[in-house]
Order: sequence, then structure tokens, then C-alpha cells
Amino acid sequence: MSDPVPEPPRPSAPAGRLPVYALVGNPNCGKSTLFNALTGLKQKVGNYPGVTVERKIGTTYSQHGRPITVIDLPGTYSMAARSPDEAIVRDVLLGRRADTAQPDRIICIVDATNLERNLYLLHQVLDLGRPVILALNMMDLAEASGLNVRVARLEHALGIPVIPCEAVNGRGLLELRLAMSRTDLPLSRHRWDIPPQIAPAVSELQASLVESDGKQPLIARAEALLLITDQDAVRVAGSTPLSPATAAMLAGWKKRWVDLDVDWSGALVNSRYEEIAKLCGEVVLRRAGGGPPVSDRIDRFVLHPVWGWLVLGGIMTLLFLSIFTLAEFPMNWIDGQVAALGAAVKGAMAPGDLRDLVTDGAIAGVGGVVVFLPQILILFFFLGLLESTGYMARAAFIMDRLMSRVGLNGKSFIPLLSSYACAIPGIMATRTIEDSKDRLVTILVAPLMSCSARLPVYLLMIAALLPGERVPVGAKVGLMLLMYTLGTLGAFGFAWLFKRTLLRGAPPLMIMELPPYRLPRLRDVLLHMMERAGLFLRRAGTIILGISIVLWFLTTYPKHGGDATAQEQIAHSFAGTAGRVLEPVIKPLGFDWRVGIGLITSFAAREVFVSSMGVIFGVEDNGSAAATPLRQALRQARWPGGAALFTPLVCLTLMIYYVFAMQCMSTVAVVKRETNSWRWPLFQIAYMTGTAWAVCFVVYQTGRALGF
Amino acid sequence: MAATVKLSQLPVGTSATVRAFPPQGAAYLRLREMGVLPGTPVTLVRTAPLGDPLEIQVRGYSLTLRKTDAEHVLVEPLAAAG
Repeated sequence: MSDPVPEPPRPSAPAGRLPVYALVGNPNCGKSTLFNALTGLKQKVGNYPGVTVERKIGTTYSQHGRPITVIDLPGTYSMAARSPDEAIVRDVLLGRRADTAQPDRIICIVDATNLERNLYLLHQVLDLGRPVILALNMMDLAEASGLNVRVARLEHALGIPVIPCEAVNGRGLLELRLAMSRTDLPLSRHRWDIPPQIAPAVSELQASLVESDGKQPLIARAEALLLITDQDAVRVAGSTPLSPATAAMLAGWKKRWVDLDVDWSGALVNSRYEEIAKLCGEVVLRRAGGGPPVSDRIDRFVLHPVWGWLVLGGIMTLLFLSIFTLAEFPMNWIDGQVAALGAAVKGAMAPGDLRDLVTDGAIAGVGGVVVFLPQILILFFFLGLLESTGYMARAAFIMDRLMSRVGLNGKSFIPLLSSYACAIPGIMATRTIEDSKDRLVTILVAPLMSCSARLPVYLLMIAALLPGERVPVGAKVGLMLLMYTLGTLGAFGFAWLFKRTLLRGAPPLMIMELPPYRLPRLRDVLLHMMERAGLFLRRAGTIILGISIVLWFLTTYPKHGGDATAQEQIAHSFAGTAGRVLEPVIKPLGFDWRVGIGLITSFAAREVFVSSMGVIFGVEDNGSAAATPLRQALRQARWPGGAALFTPLVCLTLMIYYVFAMQCMSTVAVVKRETNSWRWPLFQIAYMTGTAWAVCFVVYQTGRALGF
Repeated sequence: MAATVKLSQLPVGTSATVRAFPPQGAAYLRLREMGVLPGTPVTLVRTAPLGDPLEIQVRGYSLTLRKTDAEHVLVEPLAAAG
């Protein structure tokens, strides 16, 4: 069956406007590299409204220097969507989104070393009836692996421009730009037969889409074909739904096929691959290759039952070492700069509430956000390296078995592991998880992994718990390990629980490509890192600033006399009052109202607990976590009755509280952005802090009963 | 047709031709779209260090899938691989 409604070639964009291009391709085919090469730094990165899928739009220039808009769509293997990312590709290409006009033309980039599977997406894209340019990427690698792609033949068979290129070194870019500048891009002449079992359904659906959904005939045909395989029908916000008439017709056909035992989607995919196999038979010449490819030789080591673990462990150790050692210097520098800026403003402005709002609220709040940046940058640099070399997929492959025990798949491993450094990049890294429920579960449990902001609290409490210089190091390390273990067990326990109750779903698929190893491009990795950091600042920044100002207000008002010390002021502030109100709730955990203030203020970030304790117990210098004066002040703190406040049991309980409680506004802000609602961050605060209370209650009361 | 075995039971390093698939299910549509179809030759390259998932070579690239999904894919081992 050829096109039932042939359309005459038409100008692909309204007069006076240059055509908008969409860039599509499989994951790992060099699409980002090509997009970066085409648009340079002229990119706008944002989100599709209502969905956490990145929207990248860039500008490149035609042969005559006129700007051309290019939309970089997420990498996908098929237009039949399995994830929000893929749903965006489908919806943009079909013109289903109100926020993004249907692109006039499409550049489909394919990996020449892996032509058959890459052409599957092209085959779907050709159905759209838009002019398509095929960019044959990695021609050099194809050549090296003994594949000879006859470009002229492919061009002739498809009837569209085929541009061989090497995005990595810019080869072919000029030709691609020339093709993009053409006003007369042809439509593909490729025709294929829709399998007879489903052909009547396609025609009917097409007619219905034209009539009831107002689609153009060619797009309607492409959409009809897609509806037949798009079983899960992943829907994302902002996508125009099908008209009831078409939806009913589709359901009717599917029911009929089930009754008649027709494998409709199988038939469709098979016939596409048959066409592709015919095409590849004509255009690809294979030379006998020499031995197994390099990637396979590397994988024999990297995926080895013994060496594989060592490599994974080594890479992760390196990652954490560099975060803890490299991030420390810039973090201290930022802390210093923020403090200096605050002091400068304090000196320049007249004393008063406005000045304090600026310095203690706004500057300190922004500082609290910026101080996370070094860790986030380093982590994203490493994640970018792991991703672009191809190791990320290997790590997921190795870890999948373990992650499957709690109902997740291997792709949750890296985000969770990153959360040991900081939950923020960990949560932002969950975007590689396709299944939305798995992604949500990973986001929900990620903050349970003990992040570096908990270290100061742990250190202070360990110092208060085990006083004296002669405490064996082993005891301290043991306590620290216990905290990390508790957090990790908590994360996996809750993942298991959520996957069984709240976010029950099919076991996640682990159908994933292991891409060949490639040398990373520093430029792409750096660009990716800066993009991520920018996203964090822009998205979370405002929320964090708001919460900082609220927290500042709570500790500053009502004013307690003009010459009150900081200690008296905080005790009589709203936060102090709240601490007292809170006392009955936290007393069963062994905490008094002063600890309560610390719990409230450290919602800004966990390490704030240490400086709050410094203020509350009247210790001026609280620079170092285990500073002796603070340690001693804590040891001397008493309940009204005279009993010691920070007994070893209370210190231990407090540490456990920080393992579980959601005490980080930046994480809350990022979760809000990544899940697009307040529902999940609020749930997260509730379940984590609830668990913290319950576990602490059990530990403290048991400890008391045992006589500690 | 010669005897078929489950893809999950194929010995590491052997090649086979895919023969049958369950018609329904997200995993099998995705496998098809990734180019694993009845008639496609595949090679079981290795298993992950913990024995699951599997890595197969298909149409010139490497693909992973879990054993539970591979159990429902029937393949016919190539005679040469025995």
C-alpha cells in the first residue's frame, strides 16, 4: 500500500520564516555532540512545561548567515514512547504540544556503525511526511570496523539528503549546514507496505485523525501507525489527547485483534525491519573484521566477575575522594567570601532589620546554596565522563541484580551512590531512569544516603559522645560506619516498601544498549556540567532563598531588647518558642527545646545544626565541627533538673535522627522541581522525619530501659 | 524446525536464531524495536558478574536484558555452536 493520500511537495515553512529543525536520533549516536557543534553556545536550556524533560533549543546559521532554529529532542530508539523523554519526542514530532510548534523539518542522526537499529527510528520519522535530512555520523568508526556505507545509494533509495559526518571533529558539518539551508528539501520517496492484517485499521484511524482530530493526512497516517504500537500510551502533561472518536476506534481494533489472535505490533515492527534489512543489504558492504572490537576486549575485564567489582569500586572511590578533597577548598573559599560579603554589607549599611535581612537572611541564604556548587560541579563532571565514555551503562549492568532485590533496576545505582556526596545531583541524575515510578522511588529514598552535610553533625556528636583524646579511632570510625549503614539500609528498605505499596509497578525493564566505549569530549562534558549547575541555581535558588529568609525571620523576631546577646535573642525568637512548643514531642527522644531550635534551623542545611548549637550554648567560635569549646559547652548542658542533656545515648539518638530526617531545604526544592509538585517533597519530609522520630524513640527508650 | 531453547539457557558464547516471542508485553515490543525479531541471529556474549542480566550481541551491537525476560524468548542454537 502506498500513500493513500499523496501530498504535493509544499514549502516546508510559511513564507518569510526560516524552517525550524528538530534533531532526533538514538541515544549514544553523537546527537548532543552534533547539536553542540551546530549551535555552539547559542543554546537555551529549559523544561517542557509541566514535564521534567529538558528542552534544548539552539540557533545555527544558514549558508547565507541567516539564523536557523534547531530543537534538540531527547535520544530515543523509537517513537513509541516508554518514558516521558520519549513521549516528548513523539509529541513534538506529531505536533501534539501547544508549547512547541511542530518542526518543519527533521534532521535524523544515525550511528553508521550500527545502521540497522538506528534506521528504525528514521523509518518512523520518514512517515511523518516532513522533509528529512539524514546525518550519517561516525563514518570513521564504521570504516575502521570494516563497514562501508554507500552514501550515494542510500540517498538514492531514500530520496533525501544523506550527509556523512563525524560530529566529534566537525567533518561534514559544512555539508549539513548547506543541506539545512536548502529551500527545496525533497520528501522521501521511500514507500513500504503496511502489513495486510493491520492496513484497514491504519486507513480508518488515519481518516478519523483527519476528521476528528484535525490532522493533516500524512501526519495522520504516521500517527495512526504509531498508535498501533504505542501500547503503554505514556502521556505527559501538555500533550493534546486523542479525540474520543479516534480513541474508541483504536480500542475497538485492538479488541478485535486480541480476539483474532493477531500480533499487530509485532507485524508492524517486523515489516519495518524487513524494509531496513533490504535497504542495508544494498548499501552496507562488510569487510571481514580483524578480531573482536576494542569495546569487547575492554568489557572482558570491566565486566569480569572479579575484576569488574574492583574497577567499579576503584572508580567510585576515585569519585568520592575527588569530591571530598577537591570540593573542600572551593567550599571554604565560598564560605569565606560569603562571610566577607556579609561583613562588608554590615559595615556599609546602617544597623537595623533591613541590614540583617540582607546579610543574615539573603546573603547567608544564597551563600548556603552556592556552597553546594563545587560538589555539584565535580559530581556532574564525573557523571558526564562516565556517561560519555559508556561506563555508566556498565555500572548499571553490574549493579542491576542487586538493585532488583528491592524492585529497582541498575540505573538507580549511580543516582543513589552520588547521594552519598550530596542528594541534589543524585536526584538530578535520576533523569536517566526511564520508568517514572522507579524514578520517583529513587528520588524519594536518595536523601537517606548519608550526604556530606551530615558529616559535621556526626563529627560533633561523636566528639561529644566519646570525649577525651584517648578514644580509639576504631570506635569513632565504627560509629560513623554505623550511621552510613543505617542510612543505606533505610534507603533500600524504603525503596522496597514503596515499590510494593505506593508506587507498585511492573518490574523495571533492563533492556539497555551497552554502547561502545568512546573517548569523552571534554567540551561536551563541561557544557553538560555547566548546564546542570545552572539548572540547580535557577530552579532551586528561589525556593532556597525564600526558605532562608523565613528561617532568618523565625530566629530574629520578636526582638528581645536592644542589647540582647545572640544567645538570648534566639532563645526568645519564634524559633525559640517553636523549640519550646516542640519540646513535648521531642522529649521522648531525649531532646530539649534548645536541640529543638537546632532541628528547626538546620532545615536550611544539616550542618547549620552545629552553628546553631554554637549560638544557643553561647560559644562564639564555632568554626570547626569538633571545636573544643562547643564540645565542652554541650557536655556541661543540663536539663532544668540538673541531669546532663547530651548523654552518650542522646548523642547517638541525635545522630540517628540526622540519618533519617529530611533536613535540607535545597533537596526539598530540587525534589519539588523534579517531580513538578509539592506533593512528593511534602510526603518525603513526612515519611523521613516520621521515621527519624520513630527510630529515635525506640533507640532512646530502649537505651533508657537498659540503663544508659 | 530444529529444537529451540530459552534464550536464558543459551550457553555463554553461543549464537542462535530467535524463533518465538510472546506477542504482548512492553519488554517484547521494546526488544522487537531494538531489532530482536523472529529470524534475527543473536549471540549470548556474557552475563553480568552476578549472573543476571544477560548481554547479547544483535545486529552488530550489545544489548542487555534480564533473565526473566529472556526466559520467554525461544531461540534455535546454530548447528556449528552445537
